[in-house]
Amino acid sequence: MSQSHNAHADHGTNDGSAIAEIKKVTIILSVFTIIELMLGFWMIGMPVGALRLAIKGIIVILMMAKAFYIVAYFMHLKHEVKNLIMTIVVPLLLFVWFITAFLWDGNSFKNLRNTYDRHFKEQSTIKVAPKEEEHGEKHTSDEKNEVPAEKH
Amino acid sequence: MSTTTTASSNEAKLWGGGKSPFNVEYGKVMMWYFLMSDAFTFGAFLISYGTVRFSTNGWPDPNAVFRSFPFAPEGVHAPLVFVSIMTFILIISSVTMVLAVHAGHNMDKKGVVRNMILTIIGGIAFLSCQAWEWNHLFHEGAWWGMNPFLNADGTASSTNFTNFFFTITGFHGFHVFSGVVINIIMLIMTLTDKFEQRGHYNMIEKAGLYWHFVDLVWVFVFTIFYLL
Repeated sequence: MSQSHNAHADHGTNDGSAIAEIKKVTIILSVFTIIELMLGFWMIGMPVGALRLAIKGIIVILMMAKAFYIVAYFMHLKHEVKNLIMTIVVPLLLFVWFITAFLWDGNSFKNLRNTYDRHFKEQSTIKVAPKEEEHGEKHTSDEKNEVPAEKH
Repeated sequence: MSTTTTASSNEAKLWGGGKSPFNVEYGKVMMWYFLMSDAFTFGAFLISYGTVRFSTNGWPDPNAVFRSFPFAPEGVHAPLVFVSIMTFILIISSVTMVLAVHAGHNMDKKGVVRNMILTIIGGIAFLSCQAWEWNHLFHEGAWWGMNPFLNADGTASSTNFTNFFFTITGFHGFHVFSGVVINIIMLIMTLTDKFEQRGHYNMIEKAGLYWHFVDLVWVFVFTIFYLL
């Protein structure tokens, strides 16, 4: 137990710098969140296209940056022994493959269905009448048989 | 084995027992590994959401779905406003948790108590917001297996959207709930001087790791469901 206390001794003694680090990270996280939200507001009503995709890319980068700051500073991982960092970060690299493979697969499935499944293709082009009410209570376009009456 | 340990230099001793090679307490290492496995669980959820979304032609516009606000008059739409408040609540409660851990290092009981109370309040506030949002969506007709919303292009949407939303935010909300319970236990242990008797506040650190992880997951859930 005493050793784990010693491990933090270097960090606990200089009180000011630790607090300064917390303040800095808080500001960074808040600023990144505000930028994300501003981009989100900007995207409202924007047509699908390259610009929208680029904004989404920036939002993902900001998300990763926020994740880094939380893990590195709030969870203190940056100040741990390198071997501990590696045992956690290296397995998480599997996510690179997971995300690439599964999103690629989903996209391929969509293309295959659009090519060979005529019903799927038609269903996704038929426009449904927009909802007439504020809360969309009566609006049961795609599930007529599922929700016979709204129960509250 | 014994020959290798006896013929040891300093590096061999580091892994030979009696000394923590990672220079952290056992419980903290195990908390890290638990969080890593939990990250894979959340990752599996979010990646399956992404796969289904990529394999579908249309998807509802989050700004048309999550646009309500408590006490807002009917017909007033405020997309992103409510969820940004939820996000800031969780970030701030994460900051107070860091401050509690920091106070624990300095054996400052008062600081630990104050910051733990603030963290618990933040967690409860977040859960209340989520409960309100779920309730509101339910009254709009959204639930597991029910999706009243249309795709962004005006075509009919499947129930995948609501199923994933309620499952993933529900799983995250359950983590927040258990985090609040853990934090309340930590607060009681602090108040009853358990940590003063032990001579260290390591338990606060482990609870802190869990709480930051909950915040970390929300960064992803928030971005993926409400912004993208």
